[in-house]
Amino acid sequence: MANPQTIVQAKGLCKTFKLSAKQQRIENAPGRLRVAVDHLDLSANKGEIYGLLGPNGAGKTTVLRMLATLIKPDEGEAHIDGFSIGADPEKVRAAVGFLTSELKLEDFFTPDYLFGFFSTLHNVPPAIAAQRKDALFTRFGIDEFAQVKVGNLSTGMKQKASLVLSLVHNPDVIIFDEPTNGLDVITARVVTDYLLELRDQGKSIILSTHIFTLAEKLCDRMGIIINGRMVSEGTLEEVAAGRDLEEVFFDLYSAATKEVA
Amino acid sequence: MMPNGLAAIIKKEFTRFFTDRRMVLTTILMPGLLIYLVYSFIGSAMTNAFTVDEDYQPLIYVQNLPPSADALFFQLGIVLNPVDADEVATAKQFIQDKQADLLVIFPEDFDSLLAARTHYTSASAAVPPTDEPFNIDVFLNSTSSTSTNAYVLVNAVLDSYNTPTITINASGLTYDLASDEDTAGFLFASLLPMLMMVFLYSGCIGVAPESIAGEKERGTIATLLVTPLRRWQLALGKVLSLGVIALLAGASSFIGIMLSIPKMLGGALGDEGGAAFGGALYNVADYAQLLAVILSTVLLFIGIIAIISAFARSVREASTMTLPMMIVVMLVGALAMFSPGAQTELGYYLIPAYNSVQCFVGVLSFTTSPLSVWVTVAVNLLVTAACVFALTKMFNSEKVIFSR
Ligand SMILES: Nc1ncnc2c1ncn2[C@@H]1O[C@H](COP(=O)(O)OP(=O)(O)OP(=O)(O)O)[C@@H](O)[C@H]1O
Ligand SMILES: [Mg+2]
Repeated sequence: MANPQTIVQAKGLCKTFKLSAKQQRIENAPGRLRVAVDHLDLSANKGEIYGLLGPNGAGKTTVLRMLATLIKPDEGEAHIDGFSIGADPEKVRAAVGFLTSELKLEDFFTPDYLFGFFSTLHNVPPAIAAQRKDALFTRFGIDEFAQVKVGNLSTGMKQKASLVLSLVHNPDVIIFDEPTNGLDVITARVVTDYLLELRDQGKSIILSTHIFTLAEKLCDRMGIIINGRMVSEGTLEEVAAGRDLEEVFFDLYSAATKEVA
Repeated sequence: MMPNGLAAIIKKEFTRFFTDRRMVLTTILMPGLLIYLVYSFIGSAMTNAFTVDEDYQPLIYVQNLPPSADALFFQLGIVLNPVDADEVATAKQFIQDKQADLLVIFPEDFDSLLAARTHYTSASAAVPPTDEPFNIDVFLNSTSSTSTNAYVLVNAVLDSYNTPTITINASGLTYDLASDEDTAGFLFASLLPMLMMVFLYSGCIGVAPESIAGEKERGTIATLLVTPLRRWQLALGKVLSLGVIALLAGASSFIGIMLSIPKMLGGALGDEGGAAFGGALYNVADYAQLLAVILSTVLLFIGIIAIISAFARSVREASTMTLPMMIVVMLVGALAMFSPGAQTELGYYLIPAYNSVQCFVGVLSFTTSPLSVWVTVAVNLLVTAACVFALTKMFNSEKVIFSR
C-alpha cells in the first residue's frame, strides 16, 4: 500500500478516573485513583480497519470514548479527519459514527422514528435520510421490525438497530467498541461482513476487541493495549512476526505485568 | 427559526409523552379528576350538613323597625325582634356566637324619610331632602347557614321597596360577624396559593426526573451526546418541553379545583355565594396575570428539578434529592395562609417561588400590582435561564453524565 494516509492520530492520551468509595470497595482497589489510559499513541490509516486489542480493563473502551469526544483526556491530543477532539468536538462528532453497548436507545421509540430523529440531530436532509433508511433497513432486515418499539426487540435486533442508527450521517470514520459482543455467530457474521463492506467503500474503522481470531480476520492494522499503554502497534505481520498472535500477546502481557511488579 | 436540534428534542419529548396513553392519563387527566371528585365530595358533604330546616324561624333583631317593614315580614310569617341602640352590641355578639341570625338597622324614621323623598314638592317642605340613598345595614354570620339563609330572605324582602333610594350594606362596615378563621371563603382563598404551588410542583416532579435522571440511568442521553447536537439545545429543549407538559399537569389540577369551588363553597355560603365566588369574580387581566405567573413558576421548578435530576444517578435518587425542595415549596405556600394580603414592597418579588405565591395571593385578593407580576415573571425566567445554562454545563461534564 503506497503511502497510506493517517486519519486518526492520537498522541500521549492519558485518562485517570477517581474511584468512588463504593467502587474502591467493590474492586478492592488500593488507591482513590485509577489510571485507565497512560500516555497512549495511536495512528490509524484511511480506508483500513484498525483493531485495539487488549484484556479486560486494559482501557480500550476509555480510548474509544475519548476519540468519540464522550469524555475528555486529562493529557494528550487526538485528531480525527483533521479535527481536534479537544478544540472541535462538534466537527469530530459529525465525522464519526460511534457504537458501543453503553449507548442505549429509548425503549419507547421505534427504529423508524429514531432514524428520523438521529438524522435531524446530524443535520441530514430529509430526502437523503429517507433514501439511507431504505437502504440500511433493507440491508439489515430492519424493515421487518421498523415499527416495533425498541423495548420489544431482541438483543440482536437492538444491536442491528444501534449499528444502523450510528450510521445515519454516513460517517467517514466508524468507531466500534466490541462489535460482536453478545451476538450469536450469525448476527456477528452480519456485522463483521458489513464492516468489511464499509472498508471497501473507503471508510475507516477503529474497533476494540479481546478476541484474537476476530482481529486476525478483520484488521489491517492493530495495537495491543495493556494497563492503559500501547505495547505494540502495526500490521498483523509486524505485530505477530509470523508467530501466533495469542502467543505474542501472552509474552507482551507477562513482560508488561513483570515491569509493574 | 428554531435550530433543528432544539426542535427535534422538543418534538421527541412531546412524542414520548403524548403518544403514551398511560402517561397522559396518569400525569394529566388523573390529578384534575381526582381533585374534582374529592373536593366535590367534601362540598356536598358540607351542603348536607348546612341544609336549613323548612320550619326554621330565624331570630332577627331590628333597630328602628319601621311599620312598613314590620308589615312586610308579618305577611311572610316572620316575627322581628326590635332592639334599642344600647342592645346592638349584645345582638352582634349573639350573631357571632350563632345564637341569633341577623341584625337589621334601619335609618331612624325610615317610613317618613321615604315618604318625604317620594312625595317631595317645593311646597311640602322648606328644605329639599338630600339625594343620598338611605342605607340599611344587615349584619350576618357567613359561617352559620341559618344566618345566610335569613340574609337572603331579608334581602329579597327589602328589594320589594323597589326604589333606588335605598341601599343595603353600603356603609363600609364589616357586615360578616363570623370570626375570620371561621370563614370558608377566607380559608379557601388563603389555601389556594399553597394548593397551586403544590400542584404545579407535583406536575413538574412527575415529568422532569423521569426525563433527565431516567435518560441518564438508562444510558440514552449518552447516545444523544455523540451526535453534533449542541448541549444548550438539549438543555433548553428539555426544559421547554417538560415545562409545557408540567403546565398541563398543573392546569389539570387547577381546573379540578376551579370546577369544585362552587360545590365547596355552595356548602358553606349557600349555592349563590359559591357560584358567585367560582364564577366571573375575576376578569381577563387577572387570569392573564395568573397564567403568566403560573407559566414562569413551572419553568422555574422544571429548571431546578432538571439540575437536581442531572446530578442524581437514578430516578429514585432524584426523587429523594428533590424532597427538600418539595418541603420548601410547601412552606413558602403555607406562608401565604398567614399573610392578610400580598406584599406591597417590590423587593419581596425578587425572591423566586415566594414571589409566585405573593402574586397568587395578590390576584386572588385583588391587591396585586402589575409591576410586581412582571418582576416576578422576569425573576423566574431569569433563574430558569441560569438553570438552562448550568444544565448545559452539566451535559458537557462527563462526571455528571457518567457518574456511577
Ligand atoms: N467512569 C469510570 N470511573 C471509574 N473508573 C473507570 C471508569 N471508566 C473506566 N474505569 C476504569 O478504567 C479501567 C479501564 O476501563 P475500560 O472500560 O476502558 O477497559 P476495557 O479495555 O474496555 O475493558 P473491557 O474489555 O472489560 O471492556 C478499568 O479499570 C475501569 O474500571
Ligand atoms: Mg470495554
